[in-house]
Amino acid sequence: MIKPELKDFLQSEEIKIIKGNVAAAYAAKSARVQVISAYPITPQTTVVEKLSEFVDGGLMPGTQYIKVESEHSVLASLVGSSMAGTRTFTATSGQGLFYMYEMVHWTAGVRLPIVMAIASRGPAPPWNIWADFTDVISCRDTGWMSAFTATHQEIYDEILMSYKVCEDYDVLLPKFVAYGGFILSHTSKPVILEDQDKVDNFLPPLPDEKGWPHIWIDPKRPLMHGNLIMPSGFYSEFRMKIHDALIRSKSKIKAVAKEFEKTFGRSYGNGLIQEYRMDGADVAMLNYGDLALQMEEAIDAVREEGYKVGMVKLRHFRPFPVEDIIEVAKKVKVLGVMDRATAFGSPTGGPVSSEVKTALHGTKGTALIFPMINGIGGREVTVEQQKEQLKILIKINETGELPEDLLHGTLWHGKLEVD
Amino acid sequence: MASLKKVMEDEIACKEWFLPGNACCAGCGLEVALRWTMKALGPDIAMVTPASCLNVVIGLWPKTAPDFPQFNMAFAAGAAVATGFEAAFKAKAHKFPGKGWDKMISICFAGDGGTTDIGIQGLSGAAERNSNIIYVCYDNEAYMNTGIQRSSSTPHGAITTTTPFGKERYKKNLPAIMRAHDIPYVATCSISEPLDIYEKFKKAKSINGTKYIHILAPCAPGWGFPSEDTIEIARMAVKAGSWILYEVENGVLTLSKKSKPLLDPSKRIPIIEYVSTQKRFAGISEKTLIEIQEQIDNDWEKLSTELKCQDEYSK
Repeated sequence: MIKPELKDFLQSEEIKIIKGNVAAAYAAKSARVQVISAYPITPQTTVVEKLSEFVDGGLMPGTQYIKVESEHSVLASLVGSSMAGTRTFTATSGQGLFYMYEMVHWTAGVRLPIVMAIASRGPAPPWNIWADFTDVISCRDTGWMSAFTATHQEIYDEILMSYKVCEDYDVLLPKFVAYGGFILSHTSKPVILEDQDKVDNFLPPLPDEKGWPHIWIDPKRPLMHGNLIMPSGFYSEFRMKIHDALIRSKSKIKAVAKEFEKTFGRSYGNGLIQEYRMDGADVAMLNYGDLALQMEEAIDAVREEGYKVGMVKLRHFRPFPVEDIIEVAKKVKVLGVMDRATAFGSPTGGPVSSEVKTALHGTKGTALIFPMINGIGGREVTVEQQKEQLKILIKINETGELPEDLLHGTLWHGKLEVD
Repeated sequence: MASLKKVMEDEIACKEWFLPGNACCAGCGLEVALRWTMKALGPDIAMVTPASCLNVVIGLWPKTAPDFPQFNMAFAAGAAVATGFEAAFKAKAHKFPGKGWDKMISICFAGDGGTTDIGIQGLSGAAERNSNIIYVCYDNEAYMNTGIQRSSSTPHGAITTTTPFGKERYKKNLPAIMRAHDIPYVATCSISEPLDIYEKFKKAKSINGTKYIHILAPCAPGWGFPSEDTIEIARMAVKAGSWILYEVENGVLTLSKKSKPLLDPSKRIPIIEYVSTQKRFAGISEKTLIEIQEQIDNDWEKLSTELKCQDEYSK
């Protein structure tokens, strides 16, 4: 039953109860993308289905939709379209992202502002199609920015913000917008779809006829790209510039989040991280994706019990918010870092916890970092379990003792019992 | 076929679009293929060149020989990137009408490895979608850029660095595979017949949909012949009937001028004359030679039957 106070809200034209995937498709529409290329893969499929409805149904006039034969061709064709000076969009998941990996590097190398939604899923084998961010995190070193989103609304909002960041002259890099497969991709929630004029005013204008400032296709100004370059040439400097732009994108992401809040009234922390009940917290958990949203409930419950716990939602993995994480780690005594992804052989086994430890290295007076992993391959994580996770942090803080059941220093929470 | 006189009247054809000073080997067959392609197409194009000799011979960054928009690309990505260009030009034609974006030609210029091996999936996809692109395979019958390794376009009996005793399998017939896609235009060319190249590209330019043109482009160091003989070697491949020049427009097969007389087997030079000009066939066994000749004769037999059926059908 719909609560009476929600009725008006839900009947509004701009608010639709839609799947996370559909929110991603609406964001691409709102951003007036000019070229879409896609190949179906579970759990991304409804993004491309919805976009087909939009384009073939005449709701996106002028937009070209290339229905290619593989993910490699998805990103290859968008590289072509983007180089020619158009705003482009695609979406994929797990294996699809792995299949386009060569072009993932290529895109950042050309500095193309392509935005890609990722309905994240666990890598095979065995086959797995459920929430697990190992796919997007595997692209850590490609030069792409990557954002985690926690709500249906955030998928829509983050895609809009991403175009603004990506197309900034000082950034000019591609970006992933990831969300948990099925958990967000296939569930429905109300999403505010913003007024087109408002979105148009918020976003930079579509590229003019000349194309991007750094690359174009124009017979009157013939340009080559990608010639072989000797080690003594500028190859190293080009790579340095990608790293520099990625680091500097932090301030742009923050500025865009601020402007977004001002324009649309929805806040996503400082853009890089979003704190939840961190006031006076002794211990805190760092979460990302949909589990961060659910963790809010666990925090409320444990706070209710009198414990000072808080949460930090990581919104961006690349660029990694080093300074913000240091600040957070200075505020609390124990910081749990919960990964829903694996990084085999890394210091902690979890990609984000390894990253956090790296970020804090050399800074004195920061929290004990406790690496944890849960929800791998879409394994259910309940609020009760998240409360348990917080209690573990509280116990570490109180006794100084770590749990016994660690795998190389990391707690894999919610394991099946094996005889 | 276009006469040289007619070509000389074409201002665009008289200009060189692939500039001198490039890094081609002496006697490079690819260079002839690219120069004549561009003479027919002119500069209003966007060219993608997946990994191949062409990525290197254009020159080291920041110098470059193509006097037209040209983009080096990942090996398997050629056809898809060309499709991406096409989509962007359509989108730009919508946003900036009357500015000529609808006239832009998207072209992929790939080697035989990038076409018959690693690029075939993307190419097949583009052809199935009937993307409005021209896909060119310049065929030097091996991975020459990486040092003469066999490709699926390497002919039977040829020595490469990965077939040191000669290739057992036969050359993949990619034009036939492209014909099976029912695209509006498929043609074969040889760099020994530049006017034929010119004419076929002029035609391809006027056709909407996927155009596939496969150009035989001998490689002096890879095949092992003196660099001044490139054109002659390509001509001999045509004369021996091992490389057949034809075009298929909307499904209708037409033999090109230089190949047509070869329907009569007595007009073909024996394959040994062609093979003996190249070191890659050194030490070829009599058995392999007979197999190659049989293959050629079979191909012609099939072609001849097809042409007869076609004539019957059109009556």
